[in-house]
Amino acid sequence: MTHFRRVGAMVAFASSAALLLAACSSDPDPEGSDTPESTSSATGGDDAAPVTLTWWHNGVAGDTGENTLGDYWDKVAADFTAEHPNVTIEIEQIQNEDLQRTRIPTALQSGDAPDIFQQWGGGELAAQAEAGYLMDLSEPLADDVERLGGAIAPWQADGVTYGVPFQFAVEGIWYRPSLFEQAGITDEPTTMDELNDAVQKLKDAGIAPIAVGAADKWPAAHWWYNFALRSCSQDTMNTDTAALDFSDPCWIDAGTQLEEFLGTEPFQDQFMSTVAQTGATSSAGLVANGNAAMELMGQWNYFVYEGFTDGTEEGIQALHDDLDWFPMPATASGEGAPSASMGGGDGFSCYKDAPAECAEFLSYLVSDDVQRGYVEAVGGMPVAPSATDAITDPVLQEIAQASSEAEYVQLWLDTLLGPNVGGALNDGITAQFAGTGDAQNTVDLMTAAAATQ
Amino acid sequence: MTTLETSGNGTVPAVGAAAPAAGDAPGTPVTPHPRRARLRMAGELALFLGPALALFLTFVVYPVVSAARYSLYQWNGVEQFSDATFIGFENYARALFGGTDPATKSAFTTAYTEPFQAAFTHTIGILVLSLLIQLPLGLLIALVLNRRFPGRSAVRVIMFAPYVLSEVIAGTMWLIIFDPNGVATELMHSVGLDAPAGGWLEDQTWGFWTVFFIITWKYIGLAVILFLAGLSGVPQELQDAAAIDGASWWQTQWRVNIPLIGPTIRIWVFLSLIGSIQLFDMVWVLNQGGTTGQYSTIATYMMQIGFFRSDWGFGSAVAVIMFMLSFAVAIFYMLVVLRRDNTDRVKKVRRA
Repeated sequence: MTHFRRVGAMVAFASSAALLLAACSSDPDPEGSDTPESTSSATGGDDAAPVTLTWWHNGVAGDTGENTLGDYWDKVAADFTAEHPNVTIEIEQIQNEDLQRTRIPTALQSGDAPDIFQQWGGGELAAQAEAGYLMDLSEPLADDVERLGGAIAPWQADGVTYGVPFQFAVEGIWYRPSLFEQAGITDEPTTMDELNDAVQKLKDAGIAPIAVGAADKWPAAHWWYNFALRSCSQDTMNTDTAALDFSDPCWIDAGTQLEEFLGTEPFQDQFMSTVAQTGATSSAGLVANGNAAMELMGQWNYFVYEGFTDGTEEGIQALHDDLDWFPMPATASGEGAPSASMGGGDGFSCYKDAPAECAEFLSYLVSDDVQRGYVEAVGGMPVAPSATDAITDPVLQEIAQASSEAEYVQLWLDTLLGPNVGGALNDGITAQFAGTGDAQNTVDLMTAAAATQ
Repeated sequence: MTTLETSGNGTVPAVGAAAPAAGDAPGTPVTPHPRRARLRMAGELALFLGPALALFLTFVVYPVVSAARYSLYQWNGVEQFSDATFIGFENYARALFGGTDPATKSAFTTAYTEPFQAAFTHTIGILVLSLLIQLPLGLLIALVLNRRFPGRSAVRVIMFAPYVLSEVIAGTMWLIIFDPNGVATELMHSVGLDAPAGGWLEDQTWGFWTVFFIITWKYIGLAVILFLAGLSGVPQELQDAAAIDGASWWQTQWRVNIPLIGPTIRIWVFLSLIGSIQLFDMVWVLNQGGTTGQYSTIATYMMQIGFFRSDWGFGSAVAVIMFMLSFAVAIFYMLVVLRRDNTDRVKKVRRA
């Protein structure tokens, strides 16, 4: 975003406006993009010619300077190249949003993309596959696809595997048991009625029941996703999101349920001004500091909460002792399975012109051992079922169990629908949170966005 | 009045000062070889103008033309542009009146035309309010700071400091101040008032005014410094003469100083107009134009819809509309308002 700076009053050129948008796109490069068969992919033997794989991932150092994910990927690459002496892996660590919004799209457009790059799956993957940027991994990764099971579905389009996840987990509600106790709540809510009851008890006790970072839009949107998950059957969900047709009444019903829930005022004060992760007044900060009791979030928030402690062993332990998790409660009605969960993950794809070693490397990356190492080093949620036994943390174990017990796991709807329709959906839901739009408006915005693509 | 006005001397920022430079060329030596002189001249022109022209064509003209081209296509920014669908002026129609297809007209009106109109209205609102509020305020501050008093330089520096700060730093600072539990809320509580119900920035009504306040704080420094520069060029004798004639301080300002810095004011208005239309960075840092777009500008809307929603054709159409708007305003202002300053230049030279 740095190249958008200084559009201020000093600039008298009217023209810079139009060039902002154009400057960041580029025309297709006919030479780079149409190479039919990469010569390097023809050879695959162990003593083959030297091959260089470029790898872009989002494991960058955090505020503390620590970079467990980036360090672990360095190790994985080193181990792989030790076994395959002809392969060199060049890694570039890029901040998540830069990587997803700017670097990868531009690289794909230019025809000079990295061989291995971060892949979030869903609609974005489908669009990249349709444009012909991704390597078909169905054949070389056939065994892995079978081994990893259903979690790989978001990295497939039209039955073809275009990527592979290394992490996948469901979301649920994080809560502070001590605040529950203070409010006299004895059990984890399993139905919406019980959740509403808990909200009321917390309010009576003067505790902000649920924190939501609505200023970032997506944390608010996840509430709607979960209502839609309960309201729409799995079939409707799959068919409608593929056809981008949202005329089924269950989509409106999701918004109506959200409105009813919003009517009980379960969220903290001024939730529209609250961001998700930055600062003590963010939703994660509120929960971590005991100023709010619950938050609906993915498993990553465990580590976000840890960021609000003083960083010492004792500080983190004190947080862990008073932090727990339960799956999203079931609703009273609806055609979706009560145990279904929303979830998402991270993965990698190979560029179409990448050497064959790319697929080999991805296969290594999701192998049981590397997955187990990933759990131990990074504390992530593995995709390989046999690696789940490496999880020792009780809360993460609980999340892994919920993942495996869920009747089905639905990918985040904004990821599934892609940036355009998914973005329209998030805008609509945010408007519902702000009170400027209703359930119908949310569906209308999605339908309108679908009509433009 | 007019004599005073036209005698405003060299403090005027030199709009188009570059243009007459080539024509002046008084020092061209008389040479016996007119052909060689012409070649030499062409060579010099190529040498001095070439690099700048190449940069201008590559990074200004080419992207503008590209944006105009993209705006005629339905393009998601992922597929190669050659695979994009040509849809004529449909993107413009979608932004301006919901598109030409009756089947989607009402959906597009809510989903695209209304947010665009909101962004447009906010931009024009900021443009008009800047003139109505920043101009008198900046002028007043400049006139006060033009007097001699202890600590004047310090106050001048403080006034200008916000303008020097980067937008991102200033924006982040205000985000912290206007946090629901931040300093601003505490201040309001301490004087017994309530902060806006929906949050300083997120409130549907107050959000815009909070942002306008921040923008005024940020850019008033430019107005003040420009006006001060203009005022420093007003000859002291004129003020003395006014004082001898018995003019009060106010009368001196109103009848002597302000008319004399007319050209400076007009230049500031020009910069303010263009800056308002293109306002982006500060608003973007302040949560991207608001969670529900309650203080979006045309530029932030363009960014949202083009980059983050991957609707590149539509985003380009918004960019072109914004370009047209600032272009039209710039041309109109140049021709109608700034022309008097530019033609004055000739008179001034003659008088001197």
